[in-house]
Amino acid sequence: MRKRIIIPGVDPKLLIKDAAKLMPDPARRGFLRGTASLGALAFLTGCDIIDGDTAEGVLRKISSFNDGAQAALFSRAKLAPTFPDSAITRPFPFNAYYDEDEAPEVDGSAYKLEIAGLVDNKKPWTLAELHALPEVSQVTRHVCVEGWSAIGSWQGTPLSEFLKRIGADTKAKYVWFKCAEGYTNTIDMPTALHPQTQMSFKFDHKILPRAYGFPMKIRIPTKLGFKNPKYVVAMEVTNTDRGGYWENQGYNWFSGL
Amino acid sequence: MTAETINTIAADKIIHPVWVRVCHWVNAVAILVMIGSGWQIYDASPLFTSIIFPRSIALGNWLAGALLWHFAAMWVLVINGIVYKTLGLASGRFRRKLLPIYPSQVFADAKAALTFRLAHDDLSHYNAVQKVLYAGVILCGVVIVLSGLSIWKPVQFQELTFLFGGYDFARYVHFFAMAAIVGFLIVHVLLALLVPKSLRAMVTGR
Repeated sequence: MRKRIIIPGVDPKLLIKDAAKLMPDPARRGFLRGTASLGALAFLTGCDIIDGDTAEGVLRKISSFNDGAQAALFSRAKLAPTFPDSAITRPFPFNAYYDEDEAPEVDGSAYKLEIAGLVDNKKPWTLAELHALPEVSQVTRHVCVEGWSAIGSWQGTPLSEFLKRIGADTKAKYVWFKCAEGYTNTIDMPTALHPQTQMSFKFDHKILPRAYGFPMKIRIPTKLGFKNPKYVVAMEVTNTDRGGYWENQGYNWFSGL
Repeated sequence: MTAETINTIAADKIIHPVWVRVCHWVNAVAILVMIGSGWQIYDASPLFTSIIFPRSIALGNWLAGALLWHFAAMWVLVINGIVYKTLGLASGRFRRKLLPIYPSQVFADAKAALTFRLAHDDLSHYNAVQKVLYAGVILCGVVIVLSGLSIWKPVQFQELTFLFGGYDFARYVHFFAMAAIVGFLIVHVLLALLVPKSLRAMVTGR
């Protein structure tokens, strides 16, 4: 499956639990097989040329076409709507593919953000160094791919400024994130440079609790929730699309809002 | 000309031009895929705890599969819808066939229909109930696409999302537009089966 790297400050028992969850349940694997016949029927009545894999292949091709359409639609000047503090959803929901008590427990004193790829300065960052970066705040809507939404308040430093600070090649195509529990995520560079894309260290002006991604979440109000990684331990500026946990299972890659 | 020859000409007359028939059947496939996958997507975060769609009648098997179907069929639905509506308006067919609509006639025809006394002699002419249903479902088509866009792109199309009362409210609009279209489909398919020549006209044009 995936190379598993033991990260200092992460509970190894949790990693094993997580590994068991990496496999989608049997009903989800080959998720189009059961319905491919219906799809084939819809498109070519009485014809069985389209089998499950072909239908899935066609749908995935259209999904990559939709990535391009969304990238074309995306504008760095278009800001996500912001809200007053009174609109914040309380309690803000915990959301992951595991239960809250299984969320990673990262040791803040041992934590170091690893930097890799097309950057001038790959020096790892301690939490104290990250907290010393200039702070901005946003109250924006988190939209889950499932359909529900919640308004939250995040504080941290703009990712674009951090990329500038470490001498990242902003002409590269992607920024890849790795999280303490093994979750991964790749985003496009224009979104990484969007003024509201934030390396968040606080929720509602308090240090991020474990449930919301301690020590660092990447808050992207222009993308669906699953493209907002929590418990981020490494980032890489790259020209290779390395996919992500949900994207690799069939969710749309761009997932812009 | 005798009355007989006029009747023969009328019988030969094309009821549905070819663009109407092509758009109708393309739309039929697209809307079924949109509804089936939409039900599966809805189930991931239901708006009403009492309404859950069984996986057996939904499309896509799980959320990711349903989303792939939904955002593929959306192109077919929207492009076909634009072609249909442009031709319908430009050719004057919408105005000729669907207007005017008088409420008094709608009530009279609805009463006649419910007591099985509504005539179907001339398929080229719509009664007031048909006019309301067809004009209504065309309007629902516009609402479901625009509310869908406002849910899909609440940042890039935030002005549209705002018009639909915000992200959360737009989800309800999208749901009820679906419910209205499903309601229309039930009546529409039932009546097509009761009056088979109407189904034939949508295939052959006559």
